[in-house]
Order: sequence, then C-alpha cells, then structure tokens
Amino acid sequence: MIQYIIRRLMYTIPLLLGVNILTFFLFFVVNTPDDMARMQLGQKHVTEQAVSKWKIDHGYDLPLFINSEKGSFNKITETIFYQKSIKLFVFQFGISDSGRNIGADIKQRMWPSLAVALPSLLIGLLVNILAALLMVLFRQSYLEFWGLVACVVIMSISALFYIIGGQFLFSKLLKLVPISGFGSGVDALKFLILPVVISVVSGLGSGGRWYRALFIEEVEKDYVVTARAKGLSETQVLFRHVLGNAMIPILTGVVVVLPLLFMGSLIMESFFSIPGLGSYTIDAINRQDFAIVRSMVFLGSVLYILGLLLTDICYTLVDPRVKLL
Amino acid sequence: MIILWTDALIYLLLTTAMVSGFFLRNYEGLKRPLNKIATNKSAMVSMIILVFFIAIGLLDSLHFKAEGQRASGVISVLDYCTQPLWQQTEKTYSAPFSAYLYSKAYITQADGYQSWGFPRLKFGGSHLLNPETEKTADVLIKLIVGLSKGFIFCLSWVGLRALYVAKKAGQSRLHVRPGFVGTTIIVVVVGLSGIIELSTYYHILGTDKVGEDVFYQTIKSIRTGLVIGSLTTFIMLPLAVVFGILAGFYRGWVDDLIQYCYTTLNSIPSVLLIAASILMVQIYMVNHPELFTNLESRADLRLLFLCLILGVTSWTGLCRMLRAETLKLREMGYVQAAKVLGVRPIGILFQHILPNVMHIILISVVLDFSALVLAEAVLSYINVGVDPSTYSWGNMINGARLEMAREPVVWWPLIAAFVFMFILVLTANLFADAVRDAFDPRRNQHD
Amino acid sequence: MLLIQGVTNMTKRVLSVQGLSVQFQTDSEKVLVVDDISFDILESETFGLVGESGSGKSVSALAILRLLPRSAKMSGKHVFFKEQDLLTLPEMNMCQIRGRRIAMIFQDPMIALNPVKSIGHQISEVIKIHFELSPSEIKSRVLTLLRQVEIPSPESRIDDYPHQFSGGQLQRIMIAAALAGEPDLLIADEPTTALDVTIQAQILTLLKSIQRQVGMSLWLISHDLALVSSMVDRVAVMRKGRIVEVAETRQLFNYPEHAYTQKLLAALPSIDSCRAEANVTGDILLELKSMSISYPVRKGFFNRIVSHHQAVDGVNLTIHAGKTLALVGESGCGKTTLAKGLLNLIENVDGQIIWAGQNINGLQGEPLRQMRSNIQIIFQDPFSSMNPRMLVGQIIGEGLRSLHPEISSQQRKVEVATLLQQVGLPAECAMRYPHEFSGGQRQRICIARALAVRPKLIICDEPTSALDVSVQEKIILLLKSLQQQYGMSYLFITHDLAVVSEIADELAVMYEGKIVEYGPVYQLLNDPRQPYTQQLLKAVPKISVD
Repeated sequence: MIQYIIRRLMYTIPLLLGVNILTFFLFFVVNTPDDMARMQLGQKHVTEQAVSKWKIDHGYDLPLFINSEKGSFNKITETIFYQKSIKLFVFQFGISDSGRNIGADIKQRMWPSLAVALPSLLIGLLVNILAALLMVLFRQSYLEFWGLVACVVIMSISALFYIIGGQFLFSKLLKLVPISGFGSGVDALKFLILPVVISVVSGLGSGGRWYRALFIEEVEKDYVVTARAKGLSETQVLFRHVLGNAMIPILTGVVVVLPLLFMGSLIMESFFSIPGLGSYTIDAINRQDFAIVRSMVFLGSVLYILGLLLTDICYTLVDPRVKLL
Repeated sequence: MIILWTDALIYLLLTTAMVSGFFLRNYEGLKRPLNKIATNKSAMVSMIILVFFIAIGLLDSLHFKAEGQRASGVISVLDYCTQPLWQQTEKTYSAPFSAYLYSKAYITQADGYQSWGFPRLKFGGSHLLNPETEKTADVLIKLIVGLSKGFIFCLSWVGLRALYVAKKAGQSRLHVRPGFVGTTIIVVVVGLSGIIELSTYYHILGTDKVGEDVFYQTIKSIRTGLVIGSLTTFIMLPLAVVFGILAGFYRGWVDDLIQYCYTTLNSIPSVLLIAASILMVQIYMVNHPELFTNLESRADLRLLFLCLILGVTSWTGLCRMLRAETLKLREMGYVQAAKVLGVRPIGILFQHILPNVMHIILISVVLDFSALVLAEAVLSYINVGVDPSTYSWGNMINGARLEMAREPVVWWPLIAAFVFMFILVLTANLFADAVRDAFDPRRNQHD
Repeated sequence: MLLIQGVTNMTKRVLSVQGLSVQFQTDSEKVLVVDDISFDILESETFGLVGESGSGKSVSALAILRLLPRSAKMSGKHVFFKEQDLLTLPEMNMCQIRGRRIAMIFQDPMIALNPVKSIGHQISEVIKIHFELSPSEIKSRVLTLLRQVEIPSPESRIDDYPHQFSGGQLQRIMIAAALAGEPDLLIADEPTTALDVTIQAQILTLLKSIQRQVGMSLWLISHDLALVSSMVDRVAVMRKGRIVEVAETRQLFNYPEHAYTQKLLAALPSIDSCRAEANVTGDILLELKSMSISYPVRKGFFNRIVSHHQAVDGVNLTIHAGKTLALVGESGCGKTTLAKGLLNLIENVDGQIIWAGQNINGLQGEPLRQMRSNIQIIFQDPFSSMNPRMLVGQIIGEGLRSLHPEISSQQRKVEVATLLQQVGLPAECAMRYPHEFSGGQRQRICIARALAVRPKLIICDEPTSALDVSVQEKIILLLKSLQQQYGMSYLFITHDLAVVSEIADELAVMYEGKIVEYGPVYQLLNDPRQPYTQQLLKAVPKISVD
C-alpha cells in the first residue's frame, strides 16, 4: 500500500511540473514583467524609472531563465523562474504585489472556506442522493417525471439568482439571517446557514439528475434481477445493492473535490463576504494582483492532483475489483 | 458594412451547420433520431423558441456604419429595427410600464412653478394625458392591438403556406406534428407582436440608472450569450475531436502525450485558469492600444478571447470521452475487418471511427451550450467575463447588485436578465435532453 | 432417469400456468413477447422449455416470478404455484415466494452476481431474508451449501468476491444461493450457455444430483435440444411466444408432432456425421512454424508492463489448399488470438507464418496491404462486425475499393450484387443498413464482404455460435458450397465439436495456448488419443433418449 502511494506520488511530479511551466508561461512570457508594471502603475505616461522601481520592489527585475551575470549555481537560482515558480513546489508563495505574505494569508483564510464548502458538499450529497433515490424508487411514475422537470428547471436558473434572491428574501425581507459576514465559533453558524442552503439548492438540479442516472444504470444490471429473485423487496434491493454499488462512482467523485474545498467557492464567498480563499482570489483578480492569482492557480492544481491521488486510493478501498499494484 | 470578428465566426458557424445539414439530409443514420426529436413536444417548443433567440442573435451580428448614431457610429441590423428603444433614453431609473421616473426631482411646470415629485418620463407613456387613470386601459388596448396585428400576420402567412403545402404534400420525410408546431409558432409570433407594440409606447422592463431601456439591454444580451455558447464549442470541438480520436486510435506515445496534456490542463481549476488568462489578455490590450482602434472592436476582441480561453480550457472533458469511445471502437469487428480488407488508417478514421462517435460530439455540444451561457454570467460577475461595455446578462446582474441594496429596490434589470437567461438556458437544456435521448444508442436498446 | 407414469392427476402440480401473455411497450409499438401460453410443472419433475433466441422463454420465467421490467405488461388466467395465484398475490407475499419457494439461476453468472459483495454475503442474504437463524447458524449453512455445490475449501473462499472465481464456479455459487431458500421449484434459465463445454457437463450433473437429493422440481430453459434431451422428463417447445408442443421427452424426440419441432431436430448438428476422409492431401497453402504470441500484462497508472501472458505458445499448423482446418478449444485458450496474429492484427507475434514460401509475419505497410486480399476473416458477432452507419453495399464493396482501386464504381456495384446473390440475399439489400437484417443474414453479408476480395483462405472465428440452431445449419451449408465453388481454404475456429464434424477435414485441439492434438477429423473424433480431446468429446451434449 505504502509502496503504491509512493509510486503514485511519483507520477504526480510530471503533472505538477507541467502546471508550473504552464502558469509561468502564462504569467511571465505572454506578457513581460514590464507590461505588468505599466498596467499596475497606471498605463500611460509611465517613466522607465517607475517601471524598474516597481520591478525591483516586487522581485521581477531578474532574467527569466538564466542569469548570466551571476556565478555557477546562482545562474539558475537568481532568476524569475526559480524565484517565482520553483519555490511554489515547497509552498513558498512569497509576497503579494501589495506586500502581504501570501503563505500566511492562505493559512489563515482556508478555514472559513472549508467551513462553508464542507457542509455544502456533505448536505448537498445527502439531499441529492435522497432525491435521486426517490425518483428511482418511483421510476416511470408521475413523481419521477415531475422530479426530473424540477431538476431541469433548477439547473436552468443561474446560481447568481439563488444567491441574490436568497439574500433578498431571507436577509432583507424576512431578516432571518445576516446578509453577509463571518464570525467565529458558534457565532459563525448564523452566517453559514444561508450560503450552505443556497449551494445545496443550486446543486440539486444537476446532482439529482446525475445520481439518478447512476442509480438507473445500476438498477438495469443483471445482478439486481438476481437480488429480486432472492426475495428482496424493492426498497431492500435499492438500499442493499443499488445504493452500495452506485456509491462507488459517487464517493470517488466526491473524493476528487475534497482537497479543493480549501479553495472555497469564488462567488459564494464574495457575495457573503466570507474571509476565505475564494474571496481572496476574487479580490486579487479585481486588484490584478498577479502574485496571488499565480499562487492560487498552483495551489488549486496541487489540491486537484492530490484529489486524483486520493480517488485512486479510495477506489482500491471500496471496490474489491480494483487491486493494488 | 462592418464585419467584427465574432460576426464573421458566427456566420461561418452558421454556414458550416447549414452545409453539413445539406449534405446529411438524406443520411439514414439521422432519420430515426430526428424523427424522435420531431415527435417530442417539449423539444419542438424549445427548438422554436431557440430559433427566435438565434434569429435575434443573427440580426444583431450584422453591423454597419451609421453616421451620427451612437458614439462609435456602428450599429447592427437589430439596432436599426429597434431604434426607438435605444434612442429614447430617460434621465434615470423608471419602473416597468411606468410613466414617471423612479426618483423624485424638482419638476418645472408650464407656468414656471417648481414642485418636488416624480417627474413624467420623456418617452415612456408620454402619449397619456393622465397616466393614473388611463394607463391600465391603454396598456390593455395596446396589447390587444399588438396581439391582433400578430394574429393577422400569422393568418395571412398560414394562408400562403396552405397553398404551398398543398402542392408539396406528402414530401416531408419527418413525422413533424404540423398542427402542434404551427400553433407554437403562432403563439410565439403573436406574443412577440404584442410585446413589440407595447414597447413602442412604454419601457416595458423599465429603464436603468442612465435611463437606458432594460428591454433593449436584455435583447442585446442574447447575442453575447449565443456567441459564448456557440463559438466556444466551435473552438473546442476540433481540439477535442482530433486529440481524442488520435489518442484512442494510435495509443502508445501519442496517447500518453495527449493524456498528459489534458490531465495537466485539467488539474488547474478552470475558473482560475480563465481568470488568469483574461488578466493576461487585459494586460496585453492595455499595452498594445494601437491594435484596438475603436470601442466596438475592442469589446468584440475581448469577447472572442473569452471564447478562445473557454474553448481551450474546456476541451478536456469531451476529449477524454472520445478517447474512451475510440478505444472501444477500434476493437470492434468492423474496424478489424476494415484493417484486414486493407483500408488505410485514415480511411478507418473517417469511415468507421468518426461517424460512430458523432453522437457523442453532438450531445456534448448541445449540453455544453447552456452551461456556457450560465458561466458567462458568473465570469462577468467576477470581472473576468466580457468587456464591461458589452451588453450581457452577466454585466446586467453585476450592475443590479447595488440596485438591490438601494431603497426602494430597483428589481427590474435583475429580473429581466434572469428571466431571459432562464428561458434561453431552459429551452437549451430541454432541447439537449431530447437530442441526448434521440442519439444516445444506450437509450435506444429497446426499440 | 426418473420415470413418470403419464401425467396423471395423482401427481401434484407445483406450478400451473394458464393463458399467460406478456407485452412489451416500446416508444412506437407494443410487442407481444409471450402469447397465451399454458403448461404445468409437476412435483420433483424436470421440465424443459426449449426455443430459439427471442422466442420468449426467459420472459415467461421472469413473468411468473413477476420480475419483468416495468415496461412489460403481463396478463393471464392464472399462474398457480401450489394453491396461490401468483398473478394476484400482493407484492409483499410475492417476496416470500421468490427465493424461498421458487428460486432462479441465470444465464451469465459473471454479471448475475453483485461484483462488490462477497459471495458468502450474497448466499447468506437469502437465508437472512427467509429464515430466522443466528449468524453462526447462517454461516455454517452457507458453508454446507458451498460444499454441496462442490466449491473447494469453502471456508477460505467464503469472503472472496465474484471476480476471484471462474465462470463455472460462479454458476455453482449461483446454484448455492438458489438452494439456500430450500425452494420447491428451481428455474434454471440457460444455466450453461455462457460456460465452456466441459464445465457445462459438470454443472448439469450437479443440478441433476442436487435435484435428486432435495426432491425439488427443476424447470430448465434452454435453446439446446441435445442438452434438454439428456436432462428433462417433459419438454415444451416454444416459438415466437407460443408453446407449439408439449410432450414427454422420449415421445418428443422420437415422434415430434409439430413441424417446427421436426425442423429443429433435423437441424441439429451431429458429431457422427463426419464427412471427411481419413487422409488430407493437397498443396500446402499456409504454414505456421512455432508461432507464439504473448501479451504484456499492463497495469497501473502509466500502464507499466508487469508480466507477460503467453496466449499462443509454439503452435505448428498446416493449412492445405481447398481444405478446412478446424481449431477447437475452450474460451480463453488462444484461438482468436492466433487468428488475429495470423492476420497481423496484433503485435508481438513470434515464429513464422509461411505463405507461398514467404514469411509474412511482421509484414508492414504496402506489402502487408497487398497480402490482405489472400486471407480474410469472418467474426463471431454479426452485430458488431458491421459499421452501423454504412450501407450494406458499401460494406461489401469496402475491400474492393481499398485493394482493387482499378475497379470502377459501376463495376463494383455489379460485383456487390453478384456477391449478395451468391450468399443468398437479394441484390436490393445493398441499399439497406445492417440493422435491418437478422443475425443469420448479417453473417451472410459478412461472408460476402470477405469473399469480395477473392481470398484463398478465410478464417471463420466462431461464425455460427451467436446464431440459432436452424440458422447455424444454413450458414454451414453456405460455407461448404462456397468452398466447393471457389476452392478456398477455411480456418474454422469453434468450440463446438458437432459443427466441426460437419465442415472440417482436419482438426487441431488447443488448450492453454498449445495444440494438444492435431490430425484428420475422422481420426480425432473416432479415436482421440489425448485425455483433453476425450474429455471435450464426452462433454458434447448428444440427443440421448432411451
């Protein structure tokens, strides 16, 4: 098992390298640091001095790949590629363009993100599965038909509508929960209810449909007929066989996104002013803080690749057909 | 005539679709699925509504120069048709069907006397003498007039059509329900006619902060939604199809390389990748102002870049599906038989593989469309979407965020954007479902 | 064999079906799959229901247990199980019948068991539902059942998952699960069709012996007349949803009354009808010299090669011009791999493939393409071997277009029409799509496609095993007459020795990648030397009515 995980970790190295090079290319080759400086400093009538000062302040004054002025090892280390990209591998995110320590910000902000994202995911999962099970149990009836219609309608409404409408209705008109903000401890609960409910509802349409499709695919398999022939009732068949087997793709689908929960949701957090990584990213995008965006891109990829790794491990745990090699 | 990049691409896409439709019109493999769609009521209604949306989008994609009009002097055919809508701007907010502004101001009356109240609108309901008493009746009358105009138009059209159909009777190979489809078209046309009639007298969806008609804005946003939904797939398709099929067919190092590429691309959270790319495009545009001469082409190029970026980041899903399917197909008896018969690989790819993955491509295209329209709103909201000067539902929603916090609430731009977006996405989803049901072989096992 | 003194009222009926019909509702139409059938099954009798695929056999069994998919509608006068009418019984009580009083086993045990639950769990599930026993009692009961169906060392295997067992063992486990409820009636729906010949015989023997021990009734559903004849007391013959004849086994096989039954019996290939002479002579067309094929076993994230699997292991064979060499073996023995290796469809082929004095193994590019017209292949599955998006005319003309580009499209059309007639199909078929044809017709189109490039050798990879008996026979006859006409050779790959005796001149028996016995058919069928060949021969079901 440990051997497997180690080997599997080795496979992630080329992927991470690819992501790293891609982001480097995107941030430093498509546009040079000079362009960035000009953008930040207010576009027109920028003097050369101002540009080079900005570059020195933010550590962009080095050559891209090879620093021929320095000796031996420093030829490689004293470059933008090494300073800005390679250091990401050891999670040294450096300083943001506005002078904050990105690493410290991330550590502080990932917990509020998780506080919103994790309950949203778990409750959403439960609600989706329940809805899908109901539709499958009453398949080829009006209940299923209208359930599916409701799913299509729910998924055709923009997520923004749920947020704006929810805030308007529950916070402004009914004054049940605060519009936005975040607290600590139990206090956080009242801030969390609305975002969680909204993300569960907005995900119900596509989630319910997808899970129903998974269940239906399972229901049509031969072993389900065998189970019925054994004398299991419809609900027993559904819960003991269909649910268990369909849970394999569902669970592994959930495991992929588990690490990404730390990143939070961009729009949710920005609407509800939750001090998580999602709103951090949005602020960075709006302020055009490249250092933060670059760090978040890399962090997101690392977490996703970690999710892939967890998925593979999860498969070997829940599906007896998949053997470790 | 001014051709913007997206205009050219939209019409290129339309021509491609029509040409392939022409060549495939007698293709046996399409007959059954098309019949299935034609007998599906919700699919037909959705399709008709979609056709109207597309027609508006296409009208809005023909630009020409009109001196003195607009700041840029460039207007589209749609603008030309709806001139009163965008020329009649008010001072600021006004509610739907209202004859007054939404905020109080000093009103100077004819006798020079000033009062503090809701001033009359310059255009909306300006034909009424006493809006409080006359308005309801007037709206109803105008509506009825509009509906009857539409109805008369339909009747004459149906009459002409009847003559035409009588000649061509029995030639249709599809089992369309002519009555049902006809009724739906008539309902839509009559409804539209009513709306058009009303909108010449009132701001039927109110006006926004600078007094621009919200109905006009929502209509203009249709093109943006359609462009994003269709051009993105247009850009994404070749990448996904070529790479997916090649990876599955040749396996070996080709497969390894392509798999590596899409896993890498996939590992970057797509919103972040899009955001980063758009940021870079912004920098590029700021630093190369000489390339973007006027406002229109600047906004247009930004839209095109957005489609490009969305396309490049979204091909991985379809590519993976096509790879899996090709892997399955290449072991099928007929591919093996073709090899034994000495058919060259390129022939196998075009004759055996491509036609048999076509349904996957088609299903994914229609399914992606609605997701992309929704994505546009979200991206515009986080400022990495279309140019702020482009009409789009995302920009409207973005603007409405502050209006919701205002007292009293300005709700109509938000609702208008959501309703139009909802109609487009819902019809696209319903149509996509019908296409999937009709083309997915796994759903056709029992007949 | 258990003797029954006529169907008297003295013997009690376990199941009595009257006027059962089943209708399937598709998008466009209603299809009557089972049409007003009636029959009885007596206590401790073995009842056989035979019919070709699509005749409604399985559907009737599923209907009686009310296991049909929801798109099916069933009706009938009554279906009495003992005193209860299964048509009107509430679903709750029906659950107490299923698995407890009537159990069922299915055709393909590989997919009929839940892949992610241990076999012990799946057997004990039946006991848990229907009996109130303590966990330890349940476990010992499961172990007893596993022993009864002869699973070796059941204690260590009880927690294993289905994929860790072979097909034959899985069917035994299915039987154990069915027996767990101590049923009065066991429905076996094609219980051996998905299994190899030698395994088939074992499963049938097991079923028979268990039935004797327990004294339950057995309802055997099969398409295989020979198999039924050796197993059952009474037989019903089903055709297109109707039961055309019910009789005692001996009666039915000796004096079939209905024309359809007679036709079925006549179409049965028989191992005794060996046509070939003792010696095979003639020019050598193709020679395989120590041909070996190994698959790299790839696993893991980046498809690492972890080991090699020797699929074909040092095979030497000779195919004579105008003769038929049959290659017989059980599934997974490497027959198809050998054929694909011969056609250069797979890599890693070692050894020599000598065609007209030239080694064609590993030929690439244009020379390989030029060789293609000499050797053609017909596949087992007539449904996946034709591109559903191409017209039949295009399918047949495909080889002509690629290998004989000099032929004009007009000429090609003429050629295709002639080919269609030769395989017994009207020339208009060229303008139709494959899905409009039945399995037998499709196989004819495949033959025409192979024939189009005038090959000297056609590899027939189980060309008849997906077809019904009556259709099988016609395809064999067609292949034989084409051989006489064109004088080409066949490499006939099959698992069915009865078919071999009808068509082959020589026979090679393959086992785990090796040829274990090789010689003239006459000799091998009448005087097999190797124990494996003997075992294969013994396992072939024969019509045996005493």
